Amino acid sequence: MSKELVKFLSDLQEQEALEFVGKALEKGVDPVDLLGETKEAMNIVGQRFATGEYFIPDLIFSGEILKQIVQMLEPHLKKGKEAERLGKVIVGTVAGDIHDIGKDLVVFMLDVSGFEVLDLGIDVPVQKFVDSIKETGSSVVALSGFLTLAFQNMKNTVDAVKAAGLRDKVKIMIGGGQIDNEVKIFTGADAYGKDAMEAVKLAKGWIGGR
Amino acid sequence: MEKKMSAAEKREARFQTWISAQGVQFQSPEAEATYKAAIMRLKDAVQMEKVPDRVPVLLLATFMPPYLYGVTPYEAMYDTDKLLFAHKRFLMDYRPDFSLGPALMGAGKIFEILDYKQYRWPGHGIPETSGYQCVEGEYMLAEDYQVLIDDPSDFWVRTWMPRVFGALEPLKNLSSFTDMWEIVVVSLQMIAFGIPPVQSALKALMDAGNEAMAFIQKIMGFEMEVRGMGFPASIGGAAKAPFDIIADTLRGTRGMMIDMYRQPDMVLKAVERLTPIAIKQGVGGATMNGNPIVFIPLHKGADGFMSDEQFKKFYWPTLKALILGLVDTGCVPFLFCEGSYNTRLNYLKELPKGSCFWIFDRTDMAKAKKTIGDKICIGGNVPSGLILTGTAEKVKAYCKDLIDVAGKGGGYIMAFGTAMDEGKAETVHAMVDFTKEYGVYK
Repeated sequence: MSKELVKFLSDLQEQEALEFVGKALEKGVDPVDLLGETKEAMNIVGQRFATGEYFIPDLIFSGEILKQIVQMLEPHLKKGKEAERLGKVIVGTVAGDIHDIGKDLVVFMLDVSGFEVLDLGIDVPVQKFVDSIKETGSSVVALSGFLTLAFQNMKNTVDAVKAAGLRDKVKIMIGGGQIDNEVKIFTGADAYGKDAMEAVKLAKGWIGGR
Repeated sequence: MEKKMSAAEKREARFQTWISAQGVQFQSPEAEATYKAAIMRLKDAVQMEKVPDRVPVLLLATFMPPYLYGVTPYEAMYDTDKLLFAHKRFLMDYRPDFSLGPALMGAGKIFEILDYKQYRWPGHGIPETSGYQCVEGEYMLAEDYQVLIDDPSDFWVRTWMPRVFGALEPLKNLSSFTDMWEIVVVSLQMIAFGIPPVQSALKALMDAGNEAMAFIQKIMGFEMEVRGMGFPASIGGAAKAPFDIIADTLRGTRGMMIDMYRQPDMVLKAVERLTPIAIKQGVGGATMNGNPIVFIPLHKGADGFMSDEQFKKFYWPTLKALILGLVDTGCVPFLFCEGSYNTRLNYLKELPKGSCFWIFDRTDMAKAKKTIGDKICIGGNVPSGLILTGTAEKVKAYCKDLIDVAGKGGGYIMAFGTAMDEGKAETVHAMVDFTKEYGVYK
């Protein structure tokens, strides 16, 4: 493999990447190999974001290109062979808050970093987090919130996890524009991250992985 | 005659209008002195020609006053009397230097009549205890750029408004107003106004207008009363950075970010097209209200939201043009800069000394002071987390540090880093009282 796709995708060259995938599929290249290249490319994107070379628009646009590539590959991929995942992370924007951009970035970066992500969406009731922990046995929960109103609902969520007897089974991270150490202490969460790559780093530290 | 005045002279004239408080009945000579001192304090802090008597306190308290007096955001948006009661009590009890207009909270009834889809407000899709929240979406499509650029107002009326307000959807049936020229076409141009759904949309506008009149009458009564109590309004007009108009209002965050890659030329043409429109809006508000301060909330140019290269290309040139355009008419841009701006500070050096002020959220204030503190007034940075979860002692320590570092030699305004929808009596009092005591320049 020439790794051309790795370069095109990680450099955000949309046209080149899509044309390359189209031609490769015509030539009979194994779609699993192409998928492997996209993963490698997304790792590079994540690294570049972590080191400050890439910014949020780059992440969003890489996701946009990736989505199109996956759509092209999907009909050619055999079903059922899901790659092994590092572990499961539950993510959601807490009750009362409908903001999703930050949350979606965290979901996206966790996903491309090899985690299985259960995205509960926005305005997630406290009980839904608790039920999801019980159902999935996930050991990492990420609470998102943009509003100051979210501080209290993050705390309520952490408290509910505690009341359900699950607090020592999960690690909880929080994130959002107004989140800092002061808020972390208030909510009783284990950690906070200032961006999506910090969420990945925290999850890796708690679950394991490269 | 006005054309011969310099920008500085125009600014001076606007400050004089503001300070003259036409039509205001002051409750006492002390109230009048307090009102005038507050404006002079802000003027000195911003213009940086002399050190103010003390650090000004400007609180962007949105749903915070209602919250502190047991009024929910729902009540605040549906019962104007309760909204105004809370804002008045807040001013009386906390005594910041300026009043933040309760008009910014809006009237829920108006949004209901219009079936406003771009926001959810308390009791409508979000809890009664939450302030309003934006619904991200592509209210302008990727292929709409040329239509927007050709005629922004036409795009607003016939495309954007029908998408954003359910009740105004029929306005998409109108023809462009510029199609109306000589007598031969006028009769035909009226046909659309005879279509029943269009008439329903016009009726909705009239109903919303009636609500708005009732709302603004109460608001104006409040505004004049609190000025009489000694609190000038902190905002005269408002405008948005051209990039943010597209990214927030039209294309949505994701859409706009992708446009920077797929159709950069269209993005550039569009932001340039909207710049004079934004200037006109800011100047218009400031002139109408007799208050030179033009509020500009900044969103999508913050650290991390784009690269330096993208900021330099897509965001800064038209924001700078907006600021300079306002300054040129004597207005004072109030940049409300949420997130952090650590990597953008060098650009701010390009602005004329003493022309505007920047209220920061997460920006490193020591760095900001060092980089632009000799020419641009800075402020803010009191974190929402500290106010809502901290103690009075912690807040005082934080404010002391801000006054010592960012406030050194003037050019600093004490403020929250973000618009506050909630509050805590102990910490907000500590912030105001401590600043009034420790922030005095000797």
